[in-house]
Amino acid sequence: MDQSRHQPSAGKFWSWFIPVGRQAGGWAFALNRVTAIGLTFYLFLHLAALSLLAQGPGSYDKFLALTENPIIKFGEWAVVAAVFLHGLNGIRIILTSFGIAVTRQKQLFYSFMVIAVLIILIFTIRMY
Amino acid sequence: MAENWKITLRVFRQKENQPSHFDDFQMDVNPDEYVLDAVERAWAFHDRTICFRHACHHSTCGACGMRVNGVEKLTCITSIRDVTHNGAILKVEPLRNFPVVSDLVVDMGVFYRKMETVNARAVLPVTEAEIENPPSKWDPDDSQYIRLSDCLECGLCISACPVAATTPEYLGPAPLAAAQDQGLKRKPELLAIVDGEDGVWRCHSAFECTAVCPSFVDPARRIMNLRTQVVDMRWRKLFGKA
Repeated sequence: MDQSRHQPSAGKFWSWFIPVGRQAGGWAFALNRVTAIGLTFYLFLHLAALSLLAQGPGSYDKFLALTENPIIKFGEWAVVAAVFLHGLNGIRIILTSFGIAVTRQKQLFYSFMVIAVLIILIFTIRMY
Repeated sequence: MAENWKITLRVFRQKENQPSHFDDFQMDVNPDEYVLDAVERAWAFHDRTICFRHACHHSTCGACGMRVNGVEKLTCITSIRDVTHNGAILKVEPLRNFPVVSDLVVDMGVFYRKMETVNARAVLPVTEAEIENPPSKWDPDDSQYIRLSDCLECGLCISACPVAATTPEYLGPAPLAAAQDQGLKRKPELLAIVDGEDGVWRCHSAFECTAVCPSFVDPARRIMNLRTQVVDMRWRKLFGKA
């Protein structure tokens, strides 16, 4: 019998992002991965943008003009949102890894997410 | 008079060399019956070829672990009322991250071998058990009394763990909890097993193991505790106190 689909394998990473049947810890796990992928993508984009400086101020200014584009602006907003969601979720993981509030990790997750949402809201208001 | 629900029991089916599919069985149930009762009824009155594991019917053997409507459950103690409603579907599937032998039966051999790797205890002295309201001081004679380990070796934690889905080498929640249960100070030989990339550091804090554990083992808490034990042992080694 082909049992490959029932066995663990690296190719099953997509299952990390399926929230069905998961609970708070699982959602936090998925959220951390999604935001981590987004931030890694942004890092490369950021380095590519900075490399334009080597081509002189003209090309960098041209790139900066792009930031007024609504899609780029939304991307900037998403980066800030990802930083706070990922960072605060990371603090939860650090605390529980040191044995702090392990049995209260759900409450810790919800609390940090409330803080993250509030910060993101303030940023959104200031940005738009 | 007992309440009566009409449900559709949807059972995962897969036999050798055949593609998988689901079979539906319409049945009347008392919602206070357990999911395992519904599976047994489908087997007894509808299809004798359904394969599933069960034994004790009271959450001691850990044999009847399945996914019920997508969530890992010990079906002998999961009431139908808790997982579905009247007129709805009750879907049962085999555990994830284990090869399917037939229908709802999975091969748990690899998992049992990992439990053996850490010398998981089936029984332990009552003085070493994590129990509610332990006495402030044990009598020395009490150590002769033993009790069953909390872990049923049902495999629900392995099935629910997102890391176990992608890393076959990962020891997994139950074996790591079994290592923590013994303690690294008492069993320093376990350090080499749990302190590695496929041991205690592979856990990514999804806490799904604890969420589905039917026996209050709380594997996630034990893994976090085991990490502190590992760090403690490393420090001791570094400063020659081991």
